[in-house]
Amino acid sequence: MTLVRVSDDSLAKACGADEVAEAFVAAGAVVERVSSWGMHWLEPLVEIDGQGFGPATPADAQSILNGTSALDIGRIEEHPFIARQQRLTFARAGRTRATSLKDYERTGGWKGLERARLIGPAATLEEVVQSGLRGRGGAGFPAGIKWQTVANAPGPAKYIVCNADEGDSGTFADRMLMEGDPYALIEGMTIAGHAVGAEQGYIYLRSEYPHAIAKMETAIEQSIHVVAPFRVEVRVGAGAYVCGEETSLLNSLEGKRGEVRAKPPLPALEGLFGKPTVVNNVLTLAAAPHILSEGGAALYESLGVERSKGTMPIQLAGNIKHGGLFEIAFGITLNELVYEVGGGTASGRPVKAVQVGGPLGAYIHPDQFDLPFDYEAYAAAGGLIGHGGIVVFDDNAEMSRLARFAFEFCAAESCGKCTPCRLGSVRGAELIDRIVAGGREPDRLELAPQMHNTSKVTRTKTEQLQLLDDLCEVMRDGSLCALGGFTPYPVQSALRHWPEDFGLGDAS
Amino acid sequence: MRRQDERLREICSEHAYREGALLPILHQVQQEFGCVSEDAERVIANCLNLSRAEVHGVVSFYHDFRSQADDRPEVQICRAEACKARGVEALIAGAEKTAGSRVRLSTVYCLGLCSVGPNARIGDDMQSRLNSARLAELIERA
Repeated sequence: MTLVRVSDDSLAKACGADEVAEAFVAAGAVVERVSSWGMHWLEPLVEIDGQGFGPATPADAQSILNGTSALDIGRIEEHPFIARQQRLTFARAGRTRATSLKDYERTGGWKGLERARLIGPAATLEEVVQSGLRGRGGAGFPAGIKWQTVANAPGPAKYIVCNADEGDSGTFADRMLMEGDPYALIEGMTIAGHAVGAEQGYIYLRSEYPHAIAKMETAIEQSIHVVAPFRVEVRVGAGAYVCGEETSLLNSLEGKRGEVRAKPPLPALEGLFGKPTVVNNVLTLAAAPHILSEGGAALYESLGVERSKGTMPIQLAGNIKHGGLFEIAFGITLNELVYEVGGGTASGRPVKAVQVGGPLGAYIHPDQFDLPFDYEAYAAAGGLIGHGGIVVFDDNAEMSRLARFAFEFCAAESCGKCTPCRLGSVRGAELIDRIVAGGREPDRLELAPQMHNTSKVTRTKTEQLQLLDDLCEVMRDGSLCALGGFTPYPVQSALRHWPEDFGLGDAS
Repeated sequence: MRRQDERLREICSEHAYREGALLPILHQVQQEFGCVSEDAERVIANCLNLSRAEVHGVVSFYHDFRSQADDRPEVQICRAEACKARGVEALIAGAEKTAGSRVRLSTVYCLGLCSVGPNARIGDDMQSRLNSARLAELIERA
């Protein structure tokens, strides 16, 4: 009987993978549900003996089985999209059954943990520092330094907290990892626990990912004996974007409103329940097993550029022809990512803009597409790489509406603790409307004779733009966390590169 | 009412072993009762030795918790940037018309399927590559 492999990743399911799998069972094949290769435009992707067919529908089952299907994409491993990647964190993607312990062990699972236990906490910390691994959540803080801080902090109880509140639009790498390779995250957390002396780990997982929650819980249950005495528990979020910010996440875990805390104290010293806590993104923790494997740290350190070491799982999303997960060493340019790998827009229209780094990332103009993927290069260009999500827009996009949306989103998701974010976001959306409308007339209240200190003349567009600049400065410098602090990035980049969308002749 | 209070106390004690148990408790209450009502807040506060203000503060903070039950079927549509880039905004007016008052349409920001949008979620079921016809069909079936 033919063995057919179909992904059970939630993206594949949303594209109809369950129905395709059923059709193959009905046609007499044995179906194995595996993780996704990350070639999303081909989902549901069917694999028989390494040969790929996609995107498949239930009606294609017969022709795929008898070898007459036109959906044949050749050997999956040799597909240019896969062959060009350097998969370390996603080495198992497409190759194993997500919750199968046997598959995990067969593909080198638990080797990093075994070695970490053998060489001891101090040497483990040293290797993580040596690898140059930086936090993959967005801030890019060196993971080894954070772990050392927690290890050196006094106190009997410490925690490992995994930030799996992947709320940024255009990102799905955390979800794919948890749905496709949950043991890698558990192993990474256990290594972190071993290194810093923590016995309890929490995975704060957003409620928008029901399949990831189910798979993580199964995997935790099945690996209790391997990770003991370390314990891992999944905690489900409740739809608040701001809980992806580490201090807000900690408050949420404690059962409080997800309001941001002022720093210092750093979570590494006073984190969950006031105890020293490692808070790392899914991808950061899941990189640890590879780094701790024999020679892993040196290999990781040898990849990448400047201070951005190792590989980044980049997520190609939005209006892109070949969207999906693309893991590669730092340094690749947007030109390569958007045109060579991604094949341009899905709609076939010209690329107008890409947003890198989620809703708080800058909109980047095609003129800047030679920018290398690197934390410092993006920061210097007024952007951020964030969690590595790239959202492509075609020329139908209206940048003024996207700029307004950035403020609306901030207003909807602000935790409300600090004023620049809570009020600035609402005022910002109003300002964008006024700029697009070409200024604003004084309102009735301002015109009232008893209002002596109000302006009685029409506000010009230039005045509104000045006001927006001031507002952005206040939000950037005065907000407690990145939500308010980075909202100016998409707004100001849109205004700078596409002034015509705001009814402005040139960049003023 | 008495029976509801008893069940609420049971839920609280089921989660008593957890550190920071309030969110898991609220999730279960929301799932079983369809909302976290004022009365439920009172019982939960009492069980956890919190004030009702503290519990209400948490319930009202998170988008997932509701203070009143809504029996209508729910269809969540993602309207974040990646789905906007793939044209979700053009589907909204039609979807609202199809939904009428029978189906509750709600906006979510990101279901993590950003390369194959526009996306929707009904219960634990996700649907991708939506156009106006497929979205209308989903809403009618909900």
